[in-house]
Amino acid sequence: MKRQTEGKNQRRQQVLVAGISGNFGRLLTAGLHLDYAVIGLDQRPFTDRPRDVLLYQLDARRRKTEDIFRQHRPQALVHLGLFHRPVPGRNIYRELNVSGTVKLLELCLRYQVPKVVLLSTAAVYGPKADNPHFLTEDTPLMGSPDYPEINALIEWDMYAQSFFWKHPHIETVILRPAHVVGPNVRNAPSNYLRLRHPPVLLGFDPMIQLVHEEDLVQAVLLALRPGVRGIFNIAGAGQLPLSKILRELERRPLPIPHFASKPLQRQLWRLGLSKFPPGELVHLRYQCLIDDRLARQVLGYRPRFDLKQTIHSVEQPGFSALTMGTKMR
Amino acid sequence: MAGKFSSTLCNLLQRKLDPQLRARLEALPVKLNEFGVDTWGLDPEVIKATLPIAVFFYRRYFRVETVGIKNVPAGRALLIANHSGQIPIDGALIALSLLLEADPPRVVRSMVEKWVPTLPFVSWFFARCGQIVGTPENCRQLLENEELILVFPEGTRGISKPFSRRYQLQEFGQGFMRLALAARAPIVPVAVVGAEEQIINLADVKPLARLLGMPSLPLPVLAPLLGPLSMWPLPVKIRIFFGKPLYFSGHPDEEDEILEKKVQQVRHTIQRMLSDGLKVRRGVFF
Repeated sequence: MKRQTEGKNQRRQQVLVAGISGNFGRLLTAGLHLDYAVIGLDQRPFTDRPRDVLLYQLDARRRKTEDIFRQHRPQALVHLGLFHRPVPGRNIYRELNVSGTVKLLELCLRYQVPKVVLLSTAAVYGPKADNPHFLTEDTPLMGSPDYPEINALIEWDMYAQSFFWKHPHIETVILRPAHVVGPNVRNAPSNYLRLRHPPVLLGFDPMIQLVHEEDLVQAVLLALRPGVRGIFNIAGAGQLPLSKILRELERRPLPIPHFASKPLQRQLWRLGLSKFPPGELVHLRYQCLIDDRLARQVLGYRPRFDLKQTIHSVEQPGFSALTMGTKMR
Repeated sequence: MAGKFSSTLCNLLQRKLDPQLRARLEALPVKLNEFGVDTWGLDPEVIKATLPIAVFFYRRYFRVETVGIKNVPAGRALLIANHSGQIPIDGALIALSLLLEADPPRVVRSMVEKWVPTLPFVSWFFARCGQIVGTPENCRQLLENEELILVFPEGTRGISKPFSRRYQLQEFGQGFMRLALAARAPIVPVAVVGAEEQIINLADVKPLARLLGMPSLPLPVLAPLLGPLSMWPLPVKIRIFFGKPLYFSGHPDEEDEILEKKVQQVRHTIQRMLSDGLKVRRGVFF
């Protein structure tokens, strides 16, 4: 009997997913739990989770977190760290839970977890006027002077990087995806594309890269394969001007002069009338395109969704319309 | 609504496009995605819409004459030109000359000032015409893709110099030489004669420029009379000379002094082409 469970464990590696209860975490679970034994860690509940998924509903900073490592000996940690939805009035540092990440990585060291996949974001490079057209992974993380909140994300990414360099025996993979959109995710870029009258900055039309949520799931799965280590940009099928995306979605954009946009957005954000922090406006002005050749070469990542499919994915129904069962198939 | 308006405007303007020009535009070697833009943001539809106006300025207003356009080799190359005339019309005219007169037509990617992406409309228009912010990474990648790149190594020092220093080349940066060596790309010296006189500039008002966040602010001689309209270029005759391509070899990370010799060689070639070009002309407007 005991041997049987051991055999099962060998077939199905234990993967600890931190931040599992978010929309992307749920999506990742659907792609993950057939091949891996998924253990979830999140403060939020994950009610309709598949039966074979264990959930520890607690803060990673708590002592009890160590019990998960001691009991399950996970072979991999997937941290969906920077996948957040900005909420007015909430401290981004607390949302990010940097100290929780520090704790989890310490535990990975102590319990010799061989694989760590950390999900960062391409926003850490920061949209800037003097950006090279395509940013490679070795570009310094400068963020943006117009978006000081990004600094929290940079700090998180830098911590992940230092872990990557300090512990060469652990296969650490840091993924930096461009704007992730899809039927399920509810982050700033996808919410923006769902607006009927999205504001645009008058006279600015930056090039944009979108990644389909399922393509990012694929990238995480590729990163979990043994032997893979590194920092990878994940872009989608290509790049196109913002105006073309909005035209494809038949949106009616609301042009605002760029100098008026920030004070206006700051007020709206402060009053809770807008879901977008004022700093996000910088994405509508400057470009922040990434070069994902490394991911294509080393991970073998190929986006499965083309530009049109990725753009229209924000209009498709998400989990709420589908049951998890059909989604898992 | 804005989108609809601009697309009808585009259609109207395109209808007036002469079929020969249309054929040249369609022969441009650009790879477009399903949304009609290339990797770098170039959109031929935008070029099509503005081409009639641009061609009017090229043929009728400045009456541009080119000499030696056949010297531009196929494949990767760097066009190195003198920068003049307070507003960067010279860049547009060089790009137009390669679109209108080269066989086959070529797209020129000019390396623009980092200030450009901060400007509304200008940033959009430049990007759709295939102009790119001048970072070394961009230049390297474009050369790898066998593109034709236009660099003004004088930068704003050249374009905003006062009238008294016309046709005197300013200091050259070394970046272009390092990039040419790294990519093994030939350098085509280009001299633009005539553009210096399009706006007669008394001085570069540096403190005010800094205050406004601009790289330079010219003070045209006609400013007291015409105000902002004094920045409108005079209908000078412009001649563009393309020199024989120069091939350099060496290591891109060489010492500055060794590199400087090569840079000076390019600079002297362009200076010589400028003085030869000045001898040809009979007057500023002819």
